[in-house]
Amino acid sequence: MSETSLNDKSEEQALFSRRVLLLAILVLLLFGVLVGRIVQLQIVDHDKYRTRSEQNRIQVQPLVPRRGLIYDRNGVLLADNRPIHNLAVVRELAGDLELTLAELGQKIELSEDDLESFAKRLDRRRRPYEAVMLKSHLTEEERAILAVHRHHFAGVEIISESVRHYPFAEMFAHSVGSVRRVNEDDIKSLDPVQYSGTEFIGKLGVEKFYERSLHGQVGYQQVEVDAYGRIRNELDVDHPMAGVGLRLQIDSDLQIAADAALGDRRGAIVAIEPRTGGILAMVSKPAYDPNGFVTGISTADYQALLGGRTRPMFNRAINGQYAPGSTFKMAVGLTALSSGVVTWPETIYDRGFFRLPGQRRMYRDWSWKQGNSGGQGVVNLNRAIYRSSNVFFYTMASRLKIDQLTDFGAQLGFGARTALDVADASAGLLPGPEWKRRVKKEIWYPGDTINLGIGQGDLLSTPLQLATYVSIIANRGRFVPPRMFLDSEAELAEDLAIPEPVTVSGPTPEDWEKMVDAMEDVVHRGNLGYGQAGTAWPYIGQDIAYRMAGKSGTAQVVGIKQGQEYKEAELDEYNRKHAWFVAFAPADDPMIAIAVIVENGGGGSGVASPVAREVADAWVLPRLTVANAGRVE
Amino acid sequence: MNIDFVRTLGRYGSGQPVRMRFQVLPDPVLVFLLILLMGCGLAILYSALHSSLDRLEGQAIKLAGGFAVMLVLANIHPREYLRFTPFVYVGGVFLLVLVEVFGDVAKGGQRWLQLGSSIRFQPSEILKLAVPLTVAWYLHDRTLPPRWRDVLIALGIIALPAGLIIIQPDLGTGLLVLAAGGGVVFLAGLPWRWLITAGTLVAAAAPILWTSLRGYQQQRILTLFDPESDPLGAGWNIIQSTTAIGSGGLRGKGLFEGTQSRLDFLPEAQTDFILAVIGEELGFVGIATFLVIYLLIVARCLHIAVQTKRTFDRLVAGSAGITLSVYVFVNVGMVCGLLPVVGVPLPLVSYGGTSALTLLATFGIVLSIYKHRNY
Repeated sequence: MSETSLNDKSEEQALFSRRVLLLAILVLLLFGVLVGRIVQLQIVDHDKYRTRSEQNRIQVQPLVPRRGLIYDRNGVLLADNRPIHNLAVVRELAGDLELTLAELGQKIELSEDDLESFAKRLDRRRRPYEAVMLKSHLTEEERAILAVHRHHFAGVEIISESVRHYPFAEMFAHSVGSVRRVNEDDIKSLDPVQYSGTEFIGKLGVEKFYERSLHGQVGYQQVEVDAYGRIRNELDVDHPMAGVGLRLQIDSDLQIAADAALGDRRGAIVAIEPRTGGILAMVSKPAYDPNGFVTGISTADYQALLGGRTRPMFNRAINGQYAPGSTFKMAVGLTALSSGVVTWPETIYDRGFFRLPGQRRMYRDWSWKQGNSGGQGVVNLNRAIYRSSNVFFYTMASRLKIDQLTDFGAQLGFGARTALDVADASAGLLPGPEWKRRVKKEIWYPGDTINLGIGQGDLLSTPLQLATYVSIIANRGRFVPPRMFLDSEAELAEDLAIPEPVTVSGPTPEDWEKMVDAMEDVVHRGNLGYGQAGTAWPYIGQDIAYRMAGKSGTAQVVGIKQGQEYKEAELDEYNRKHAWFVAFAPADDPMIAIAVIVENGGGGSGVASPVAREVADAWVLPRLTVANAGRVE
Repeated sequence: MNIDFVRTLGRYGSGQPVRMRFQVLPDPVLVFLLILLMGCGLAILYSALHSSLDRLEGQAIKLAGGFAVMLVLANIHPREYLRFTPFVYVGGVFLLVLVEVFGDVAKGGQRWLQLGSSIRFQPSEILKLAVPLTVAWYLHDRTLPPRWRDVLIALGIIALPAGLIIIQPDLGTGLLVLAAGGGVVFLAGLPWRWLITAGTLVAAAAPILWTSLRGYQQQRILTLFDPESDPLGAGWNIIQSTTAIGSGGLRGKGLFEGTQSRLDFLPEAQTDFILAVIGEELGFVGIATFLVIYLLIVARCLHIAVQTKRTFDRLVAGSAGITLSVYVFVNVGMVCGLLPVVGVPLPLVSYGGTSALTLLATFGIVLSIYKHRNY
């Protein structure tokens, strides 16, 4: 340096100054670029970014309405709401998810199912920082454990929600029904606004039919949230409107009695108050615990409920479609009376079988024996009912046109859904020529009418339909459509028009009365020697404290060939006949009409009639006044 | 020696070696601008820290410490820096190697060196200061414009620590070191054809450079061009910071009123992304104010560089201006979505002590150069 000339020095300084100047220009240019960009952000696109920042911070969150409660007619709670505590993970805060899950698994039990459904839920679309459920229904103990280790688990939260609870568990599974967690398919059909925060919807029974009322009106809160989705400020609230509470016609005491009467057998019971059409009890067994669908059920358990021969998920009371068998005979008798093809005094001779003129095919009575030695002898309509003579009704059917039978059957609710508020009830089947041509592509044979005469052939009916039918008889022809609903604490969202009762046309009041008498004979006619007692008398008629009208029936499960005897013991349990019994009581002032089916219970009155008697006892006995009780023999 | 000659001549013509008094304000302009910057910075930091006085106090103490260091350094004669520079450089590189071997891993990079139980520090910060000084030291007694051999050696001086820092990996600091050292070479009069050749070489090497980047570094660059492609991951920072700045508009939402930062949408709001808080709460006016202060400081550094007579001093003062400009450009460019997210703080405003200390030390040396410009 010391040797550098002054000239060099100044030249070097000039070079340096030029470089500094260049540099200054470069810096200004670069800062100009920055300013340009900032002007673009803050001035040109300001509106866009302001909107974005508002969307970031302001969230509209749905406030889920409290689901309406369901009571029985006496105010007993059948469905209420309960808080549960779920374990949830916020993915964005959890860090190493595998590690977190592994460590959580050491503290509380996490099943394969939990982890699997968690992985599925994690894959779904969701808001950033939305908590994803890992395990539902934490126990007190698990919550305590998690509370202790809370600081160890980032992004792990306990979220409380109010869920449906069925205090009677299985008892009302097939009548009150149940809610389920909303699934992807539901989302497509549900009102996206009303259901924006709803986790459960009614899927079965009353819960389904009255979903709109029970659900209530969703509310909203506008909140300021931070980046982690935590609410910092409430800006505006529109409170939700709780769902409407419902009181059902169901009587829980009767339901429990009916359930006990059926015991462990497969089958169904429907009990109706004839005067109002109110459904007092609806039992289908086996049943399932609907709480499982609220709290979550493992895939294996769900498969077990769906599959298997017992099918607990199947609602036999409204979806079980069986041949009504001999219980249909009152309908045939009343058709014959109103069509003028028979009178009450007229008799026929029952040899145990019936043949259409010019045909070889033999239509047998239940009393038929090898060598044609059975039969009920001289039979009029009254005796044909209490002895359940097939031959008498084959004869009636042969005198009737099929349309006369189906028209009258339709008036009694066969082949149609007549219940006002029973979700997903089956319509059964009232066959006729038109139906047979359309569905089976065959013509209607005279033999089809003969089969219909004893409630067999293609005729199908649900227990609910048979209970409706027998309550029409109890009402002497007055048809009140059955319903679940009694009253509600507020106006319903559903349009439930309760129609005026209709009178079934055809039979005279005397015909109805005599038919009721015949049905009373089924239960009460006894102590008269062989072949003289009502079919149900040996089982239920000997010690009954009130007048009951009833009729048994049998629904065949497998076809029995011509000339073959039905040997119950040889058949597999699931191929045995179903046993029906329909009844109402007291006969003169009916308080209850009942239909009972015991699946594969075997033929006749032996199995089903005691069940109906137990149900009727539970309802009628406490309601008989002491004075009335004295009048009964 | 020239220096001795100038010194003995002295302002007072006493013939005695000049002993200069300790000066608190060697250059009132620069000191005022720095205090203004740090004051405004602390105000916005107070908001970004969600009004946490404790943490603000911590930062204020760090800045005050850095300011004291600056004043001490301002009163040391530049020849001392010239003397010690090579040792600092060698020591810094040695520490960088140590970091490679023993460094603590923080946020995916081995950048920290643990001293004792509580003090951690980044040796790369030393190099931010040492590299331009060393290049200036090397070039100060060469003929300028430099010959190609000198340029190569100077580039070697830069490349060694820059390379070590980039493989830590800390791309941001590495680039800053490269820019600071390169600025000195440029100021020293690097011939244009060299610049053009180098530019062409870099362009040609870009694909190779790309493949040598780490996955997350590549991601940051890709995200820059399409932040919406990964809105919750790598794109989150850019989306939230541009939203914050854009929503501020001309005048901003008001101090302490920025929803993006207050509700934690803005990541790193107290550190690398504090400019977004300025933009959101103080608007264009706020950002422009900060940019003007920075420009004035840069201008002051360049002014001092031009005024001073010793080559070493000029180069060092000039490189301080360059370093600050690059700092600001990279940070602002990154926060408003022009540049990849490389982890460069906004100088003297972002929360954190180390980078502020290095910068204040640099300005201390600049002040020293100004104070001793005639001696």
